[in-house]
Amino acid sequence: MTTNPSVQKIMDDPKYRELVRKRSTFAWFLTALILIVYYGFIFLIAYDPAYLGTPLSEGGVTTIGLPLGVAVIVISILLTGVYVRRANGEFDDLTKQLIDGAK
Amino acid sequence: MRPSLPAKVAAALATACLPAFAFAADAVAATDQQPTNWNAIVMFLLFAALTLFITRWAAKNTRTAADFYAAGGGIKGWQNGLAIAGDYMSAASFLGISALVYNSGFDGLIYSVGFLVGWPIILFLIAERLRNLGKFTFADVASFRLQQSPIRTLSAISSLIVVLFYLIAQMVGAGQLIKLLFGLPYIYAIIVVGALMIIYVTFGGMKATTWVQIIKACMLLAGASFMAFMVMAKFGFSFEALFAKAVEIHPKHLAVMAPGALVKDPIAAVSLGVALMFGTAGLPHILMRFFTVPDAKQARKSVLYATSLIGYFYILTFIIGFGAIILVRSNPDYFVGGDTTKALIGGGNMPALYLADALGGSLFLGFIAAVAFATILAVVSGLTLAGASSISHDLYANVFARGRSNEKTEVRVSKMATVGLGIVAVILGLVFEKQNVAYMVALAFSVASSTNFPVLILSMFWRGLTTRGAVVGGALGLISAVGLIILGPVVWKTILGNPAPIFPYEYPALFSMPLAFLGCWLFSITDSSAQAKLEQGAFDAQQVRSETGLGAEGAVSH
Repeated sequence: MTTNPSVQKIMDDPKYRELVRKRSTFAWFLTALILIVYYGFIFLIAYDPAYLGTPLSEGGVTTIGLPLGVAVIVISILLTGVYVRRANGEFDDLTKQLIDGAK
Repeated sequence: MRPSLPAKVAAALATACLPAFAFAADAVAATDQQPTNWNAIVMFLLFAALTLFITRWAAKNTRTAADFYAAGGGIKGWQNGLAIAGDYMSAASFLGISALVYNSGFDGLIYSVGFLVGWPIILFLIAERLRNLGKFTFADVASFRLQQSPIRTLSAISSLIVVLFYLIAQMVGAGQLIKLLFGLPYIYAIIVVGALMIIYVTFGGMKATTWVQIIKACMLLAGASFMAFMVMAKFGFSFEALFAKAVEIHPKHLAVMAPGALVKDPIAAVSLGVALMFGTAGLPHILMRFFTVPDAKQARKSVLYATSLIGYFYILTFIIGFGAIILVRSNPDYFVGGDTTKALIGGGNMPALYLADALGGSLFLGFIAAVAFATILAVVSGLTLAGASSISHDLYANVFARGRSNEKTEVRVSKMATVGLGIVAVILGLVFEKQNVAYMVALAFSVASSTNFPVLILSMFWRGLTTRGAVVGGALGLISAVGLIILGPVVWKTILGNPAPIFPYEYPALFSMPLAFLGCWLFSITDSSAQAKLEQGAFDAQQVRSETGLGAEGAVSH
């Protein structure tokens, strides 16, 4: 495959390596985080369901498991928000500079 | 003889999975045709009229292949987010998860969480790269630097398996639902769904399909929000008061507030989690939605909207399930023989519908019934479009005609494929009327996570992947996923009537997905052909486009 000159130019640009490094570090970090949160929840269910069934307050019926489960949902939404914010701002700016520079 | 512990766990899990995953199965066992419900029928006709009107508009604006497959790339991020949510919030998740909460309380939350957590992964790793590299189908991305014919053939086979099994489950579900809710014969539902789906897709393509999803998503969110609001209003917006009343009424009492029988065995739990999480990232009709937006920025935004809406919806279904424990469990009118210790009239998936009746009377029940039917119709349309695209764009244009066909013929083939798939879906819907279809959605998710996902993710992230590796690994994932489901508890034991399953878990993804990755890796690193060198050498240029969007398919302006 012959390489397009502007593709070669981008590959040689240190900003490109910076973009790829920053974005992949960030994306894999968030991926690891969501995997830990989710499988942490699943393993808690499998190994210590009694803990999740502990009432939040003396005499109450709401258990620790409920806010934890809802927290996994909320964390999923928040992490997507965090990624979109940085990618649509910082990463897209960097991408634009790269493409402009390669023209 | 007492069953072994793994078998018991698997059986418990299988039973628990039925309502949440394929409510169709449950309905199969227990539906009798109910009296004709005119409220539901009129409201559904209004929905059908509105969507047909939109299809007429979409048809006028659908000229090119890009219009047909990808709505010209002109869908905005928030619209696509709503449409993705519409694709994902199926009748199974609405009726099934609220029924699961109604039966076991907390356990319903485990499913909701599992269904949601695939979305952040899709965003972090897949969405923008998919948008930058692809055109109409995810096979565009998988075959970007690999050989077209083998990769597209494999992708088309696995996509069609996913689409067909998903379609059968939806068609059978639609038929059972309409018997139950509308009081009309099974065959009516199948034909109405088949006909409307063919009209939406052949005339309006992706534009019409997207808008059907958006309208349905809004209706479902509005209906579910109203129900949750009414439930909370009855308890002064206090969760503690709601839960306290539910604990008092539910026969399991405090046990509904803690994990129950659903997840005992860690391996079964993790395998289910793997299928839900990575299967979502390999569903062809979901992946296809990312080509409808103009650029990577909008692709990311659509995932944020979709994740927020889906997460919100699952929290609503949880409140709805608890509301049903209180308002449905205590009302003998909803039970067989007026006896609250017996089964619900119409089967296990009815709690959300009876709650609608308890909260808003028969008019609101009619609305929710119409929404449930519209939901199936919308999901079926998205699936059919994805299947038709695999046939026309991957198999016909790029394998059979080897890129020498023109756009007009390709779209014509796609429309013929839509009609063909629609007819096949109707026939299969009739054939499977009385069959157990619960394993079909499990099979769709397992194949998606074991074939589409590994090949797609490795083609984007791993320089070393070669055509040979992708084909062998993908095929291993496909064969093992299908094979282990056949040997598993639902098919081998329940359907084929063998005393014990050979493979103990309902979801094989924990085993079949790593096998696919292993196959891709092993058969790539041992591939020393000249072709393999070329494919690996093309990774840099692919990565530039994937990371920066340089050269990506742009939005078509009109």
